[in-house]
Amino acid sequence: MSLPDTITEVDTSATASDVEQLVDKLPRERLAWMLQKMCEIRYFEEEAEDLYTRGLVHGTMHLSIGQEASSVGSIAALAPDDLIIHHHRGHGHTIAKGADITLMMAEFLGKEPGYCRGRGGSMHIADIPGGNLGATGVVGSGIPTSVGIALALKMRNSSQVLLSLFGDGAVNLGEFHESLNMAAIWRLPVVFICENNQYGMSGPVEKMSSVKPLSIRAVAYGMPGETVDGNAVLAVYSAVQKAITRARAGHGPSLIENVTYRWRGHSKSDRNVYRTPVEIESWKRRCPIARFKQLLQDAQVMQMEEMDGIDQEAKATVQRATQEALSLPEPSPDNLEDEVYAP
Amino acid sequence: MNGDGTREISYLEALREALSQEMRRNPEVFLIGEDIGVYGGAFGVTRGILEEFGPERVRDTPISEAAIAGAATGAALMGMRPVMEIMFMDFMTISMNQLVNQAAKIRFMFGGKASIPMVIRTPAGSGTGAAAQHSQSLEAWFIHVPGIKVVAPATPSDAKGLLIAAIRDNNPVLFLEHKLLYGNKGPVPAESYTIPLGQAKVRREGSHATILAYSIMVIRALEAAERLAAEGIQVEVVDLRSLKPLDKETIARSVSKTGRVLIVHEAPQTGGFGGELAAVVAESDAFHYLDAPIRRLAGRDIPIPYNRVLERAAVPQVEDIVAAARALTYEGR
Repeated sequence: MSLPDTITEVDTSATASDVEQLVDKLPRERLAWMLQKMCEIRYFEEEAEDLYTRGLVHGTMHLSIGQEASSVGSIAALAPDDLIIHHHRGHGHTIAKGADITLMMAEFLGKEPGYCRGRGGSMHIADIPGGNLGATGVVGSGIPTSVGIALALKMRNSSQVLLSLFGDGAVNLGEFHESLNMAAIWRLPVVFICENNQYGMSGPVEKMSSVKPLSIRAVAYGMPGETVDGNAVLAVYSAVQKAITRARAGHGPSLIENVTYRWRGHSKSDRNVYRTPVEIESWKRRCPIARFKQLLQDAQVMQMEEMDGIDQEAKATVQRATQEALSLPEPSPDNLEDEVYAP
Repeated sequence: MNGDGTREISYLEALREALSQEMRRNPEVFLIGEDIGVYGGAFGVTRGILEEFGPERVRDTPISEAAIAGAATGAALMGMRPVMEIMFMDFMTISMNQLVNQAAKIRFMFGGKASIPMVIRTPAGSGTGAAAQHSQSLEAWFIHVPGIKVVAPATPSDAKGLLIAAIRDNNPVLFLEHKLLYGNKGPVPAESYTIPLGQAKVRREGSHATILAYSIMVIRALEAAERLAAEGIQVEVVDLRSLKPLDKETIARSVSKTGRVLIVHEAPQTGGFGGELAAVVAESDAFHYLDAPIRRLAGRDIPIPYNRVLERAAVPQVEDIVAAARALTYEGR
């Protein structure tokens, strides 16, 4: 499937054969897990939006509906003890990294048992024992921090690898330049993943970046760069897996651009005045979940009936988690100062 | 050397000794910054450390202050103990996002489930003819941010003990080194030791007025106190040493005793830390003992100028402290 000219052009021919091979090569359970996580993300985001609309959420949220393949394809390529650091549109990464959905929803609702005990909220969900080193709310701020995480891995001779995820808006920050150069000169075990969802808030990527595809910037740092169809989960998986293998072998970082699209607005303030309904609809027709289901059916990995079962189970999981999270206790404002500094 | 292993060494040598001893003690301590390796740092603090510990742990970086701060923050998040150097405090403006929005916030924002044990060493202050972009004292910005600690030693022995304490602290600690102090010598124990963060020290006892100071202004205040003593005025000099956490008890005790307080710092007065110190005194029980208004003597509200005479005029000198303390002592009598 080719993408329209008005959006970043992507050459998917190189990855098409990889995808065909992957469908045959990956265990059926792994493919089912990927579908399950994508469905959980979709339902989590829809539930979050619903809770917000019903006035049950205090803060804002940045929904990743339409970007599920980028989250799941990237993180599925990691080993369980590998690490991620990511950004404010981070619910998808957190679910893909294996977070407890009840604790995520609890954090979104600001509850004490939530991942950050109600101190972080939607933009800052971290699950450190689970290898999710947290989401940052200042665009691009996770990128320099990821240099240090990867540096620690290298200095400790760890076999772990870090995925550093950010959006298309982050690549125009000075921090992006400083960090990719530093990671490259030290050959750090990090894979930089730019989730290009076409807009930095209202700023279209083709107006805000002097070059496209964005992965071409990798040339400036002497690292491999690849742009992939970010709505094709196995294309993402294939590209990220190659980059992870390279990083784990000590050959240094790569830059991967997952070309995708956010269906919803930037945040709750978004009136969608900077793009057309036609454009949004054109991307909805390339729904990453529908495409993955079709692929699995065509490859005779699973029948639609079975996939519908996975889909419905994901929906039930999110609903159960939401009900449980709503019943959890609020945090206490006592002794808040005690938590600013570590003992 | 004395029997207890105390020698006279410089502030700079004391810092270098602290770094070396901590690096020997803990393999997770490492240094990161611009020109800290073979060059030895712009002021020579890390000279010789590369030779002992190698380039992995004495990590020369590109000119990338944001990425240096990010690298330190990320490594600290992983449990290592980075000591980052920013060549001049002025350049910390480029590190601010990582320090203020990441390093200072991560622990709290993640529900207390992470910590960032890192030190940010940086030379601050004027007096070297380096003009407006290499002479600033920006400590108030950092004191204002919950999640960061700020330390500003005045003597060689404090430099060593506070730096070791900062490295062992489990939080981001901004460690201010005044450029004019690097060459100052003083007695420093050879063995490793810590001075707890948050403890002020009365450097000189007096009964007529208290001077609250830190970093180089402690040295100038002590010289001013010596001159004033010749006039029969006895000022007490309190070296704050740690600006955050702040030893409010020692401040209140001294001001309660003398009934007069002069706050001295090099940074520009408006929005400077002296305003906070004045408030701390005013809100404490010491307020009831005040015999005169709280006075501040700080840097003028100007960028640091280049010319020697102009530069001297920009920040408090010994004679300025003498004049201000004398005036305060006679105020209202």
